[in-house]
Amino acid sequence: MAVSAKSFVRADMLAPKAPPVAQSGAVKWMRENLFSSPFNTILTVLGALVIYWLVASALPWWMNSVWNANSLTECRDIVTAAAGEGATGACWAMVRERWHQFIFGFYPSHLYWRPTVAFGLLFVALAPVLFPAAPRALLWVTGLYPFVAFWLLWGGSLWTPILGLFGFVVLAAVYRALNGRLGVPLATGCGIVAAVLFWMFLDVPLLNVLSSILSLAIEQVDSDQFGGFLLAIVIGVTAISMSLPLGILLALGRQSDMLIVKTLSVGFIEFIRGVPLITLLFTASLLLQYFLPPNTTFDLILRVIILVTLFAAAYIAEVIRGGLAALPRGQYEAADGLGLDYWQAQRHIILPQALKIAIPGIVSTFIGLFKDTTLVAFVGLMDPLKGITQVVRADINWKGIYWEPYIFVGAIFFLFCFGMSRYSMYLERRLKTDHR
Amino acid sequence: MALATDAPKESFRLGMLIYDTRFRSITIQVIVLALFLAALSWLVNNTVQNLEAKGRSFDFGFLWQRAGYDIGQQLIPYTNDSSHGRAMFVGLINTIVLAFFGCIFATVLGVMVGVLRLSKNWLVGRLMTVYVEVFRNIPLLLWILLSYVILSETMPAPKDFRVTDEMTAAGELPAASMMLFDSVAITNRGLDMPAPLLTRSLGSVEVFGVPFNLSAIVFLLIVAAGLYANHVIRSRAQKIQEDTGIRPVTWWKSIAVIAGPALVFLLASGFYLEFPQLKGFNFTGGIQVAHSFTALLIALVLYTAAFIAEVVRAGILAISKGQSEAAFALGLRPNRTMSLIILPQALRVIIPPLISQYLNLTKNTSLGIAVSYLDLRGTLGGITLNQTGKELECMLLMMLIYLTISLIISSLMNVYNNSVQLKAR
Repeated sequence: MAVSAKSFVRADMLAPKAPPVAQSGAVKWMRENLFSSPFNTILTVLGALVIYWLVASALPWWMNSVWNANSLTECRDIVTAAAGEGATGACWAMVRERWHQFIFGFYPSHLYWRPTVAFGLLFVALAPVLFPAAPRALLWVTGLYPFVAFWLLWGGSLWTPILGLFGFVVLAAVYRALNGRLGVPLATGCGIVAAVLFWMFLDVPLLNVLSSILSLAIEQVDSDQFGGFLLAIVIGVTAISMSLPLGILLALGRQSDMLIVKTLSVGFIEFIRGVPLITLLFTASLLLQYFLPPNTTFDLILRVIILVTLFAAAYIAEVIRGGLAALPRGQYEAADGLGLDYWQAQRHIILPQALKIAIPGIVSTFIGLFKDTTLVAFVGLMDPLKGITQVVRADINWKGIYWEPYIFVGAIFFLFCFGMSRYSMYLERRLKTDHR
Repeated sequence: MALATDAPKESFRLGMLIYDTRFRSITIQVIVLALFLAALSWLVNNTVQNLEAKGRSFDFGFLWQRAGYDIGQQLIPYTNDSSHGRAMFVGLINTIVLAFFGCIFATVLGVMVGVLRLSKNWLVGRLMTVYVEVFRNIPLLLWILLSYVILSETMPAPKDFRVTDEMTAAGELPAASMMLFDSVAITNRGLDMPAPLLTRSLGSVEVFGVPFNLSAIVFLLIVAAGLYANHVIRSRAQKIQEDTGIRPVTWWKSIAVIAGPALVFLLASGFYLEFPQLKGFNFTGGIQVAHSFTALLIALVLYTAAFIAEVVRAGILAISKGQSEAAFALGLRPNRTMSLIILPQALRVIIPPLISQYLNLTKNTSLGIAVSYLDLRGTLGGITLNQTGKELECMLLMMLIYLTISLIISSLMNVYNNSVQLKAR
């Protein structure tokens, strides 16, 4: 007998109903993120008003941009002709005409390839430092880069950087020979003395001899022709790469048990951190003539780089000191327990951890340093912001232009600084070893 | 038979100074000290020689000579007949005023942005992120120059505010008008705003040639006394609440105690606002603030607020989520949770980096040079230096003053920091 398979309970599942409109999709998202409470609703409306105001005032100006004109008046005429009376428009023709000054300053235009090549090589030199995936052999490029870049940028005889490099070779050789017996600080000190003696007494005669044999010279460019972002990057990159080791040394000095070393480090750091960078730059331009032996002059860019480096090093030292202080005491004790001496312990145990903790602070100091390179305008160098922009704004054709040069320069600074901060986030993620 | 023998007594040899790690650190310190002293004496020697070669002396007598230049913004009386020392003092006050207002506004804006950036509101959070990133990644100098250029080149001239009879007859509006109920005018020459004045002032008393307005001092004292009384009322209310569980209503008492005496004092001295008026080719009356000050203030505040916002955000994020969850479990509302649980704890994390932001702002006021704001750097390190040629003295004095300001700010803030830190008992 066939029993009909009728039951009181449903045997098959119902298709699920769509959730209520208010609980799904865009509506739910908006309820949760934009209109969750009266206060939030007010904030959302205010935020929307701000955005509307920004877009409404900037968009037409942006859409009416003019790229081909010879002066600001011509730009304005074109905008008026295209969009009607009273319309505003950006005059990017200024950037089109003057971009090379913003980038290279007054560097001779037939030599633009040299800074360009140096800038390209910079990335090759940076790659092995920044990314572990890059081939290790590139570290040789990194080591040689400062000398190559110096030669490319300033020109002159190739022997100058080669002999400069040779001084460092002397330093390294002396250090290697003495390190086992004298320890790191004394061996380094002896190496530095040897290198300085080489530069003081052998460098110039050797240079003369070598140049007379084979000149290897390219056209020389003076420092006062540097300007724009070329100058900012030269000062920024040099000061960044030199201030990190100096800052580490200062931080170690501040944490040291040696009273005299500690006092000197603290005094230096606190003095530098207590005065504005501008006063230090003025020291570079005004006071060094008092502090150095009579009739010594050396390049203003070099003086500025030295002072900016010292300034950044003091800040880096404080950041790294924070990292050192954050390490648990046990790490120091474990290093001592393994029988490592001070420098071995610092190199293999302490600094790798302390620097990792200090990365965000170090990178934000670097970003600050790069932004502060604009202050060199006050000692007469042509920085992109005040120096070059003032030159452009003083031109009769571009008199009265203000948004465009500042937006152009600001955007480039933003790219560099934002890039640096993104890299520091990447580095933090890569070095993260905890399991949170 | 003695089993224990003393370790062989090592005689001290000169070589141990270098090869023995126990003595090496002393050697290093002696070498460092010797190098430092040698460098110092070399510098001093060079300086003395250079000064002799240039025929200059090292003395600070120029501070008492006639300055001979004018300063736009002066909060103590100063004419170009005053001394360089007084010019320096005027500049110092300008620096401090700028830093003071900068710190206050930057803190207010920074805390607001930092809290809003963490809000659940997606739109506002993104907007604040954009603000912070844009201002943190672009040099301060750009913001100073841009705001100065906008203020001084795009604002209307005073004549654009004029309303003539013909225009009234024709029903035309002037090209520009004043803001906030005709009290504030921004022209291309400066910012005019109402000045608070008293008809029956208590006069002023001079201390070391600096006049102090007695009415202002009395007013501040009254307000301070009111705040103290308010504190007493609130702590009494707190005690009653702890004893009985019911908090007495105090808000009207607070308002009466703080605002009442101050209002009475203002009424008694005949307080009124003097509005700026268009007379001839310029506004007269009221207070005229130079654009250099306004532009610097705007730029410093917007720039530093972005950093303070990050500090505040990091401080709030540092408080573990368990704290706010516990507060919700106790039945506290979100804003009470913020003010009673999160912020007091976050403050401990926030204050040390906040101090360094205040120090940065104070040091950044020296960028006033970009818009010719005559602060300490502009007077002592600028015009005085150029006029007298006393580069060494001016720079050293200026560095010393900046160093002192920095040390004072950081020690004051450290006192406050110690008072909010966790007390280990």
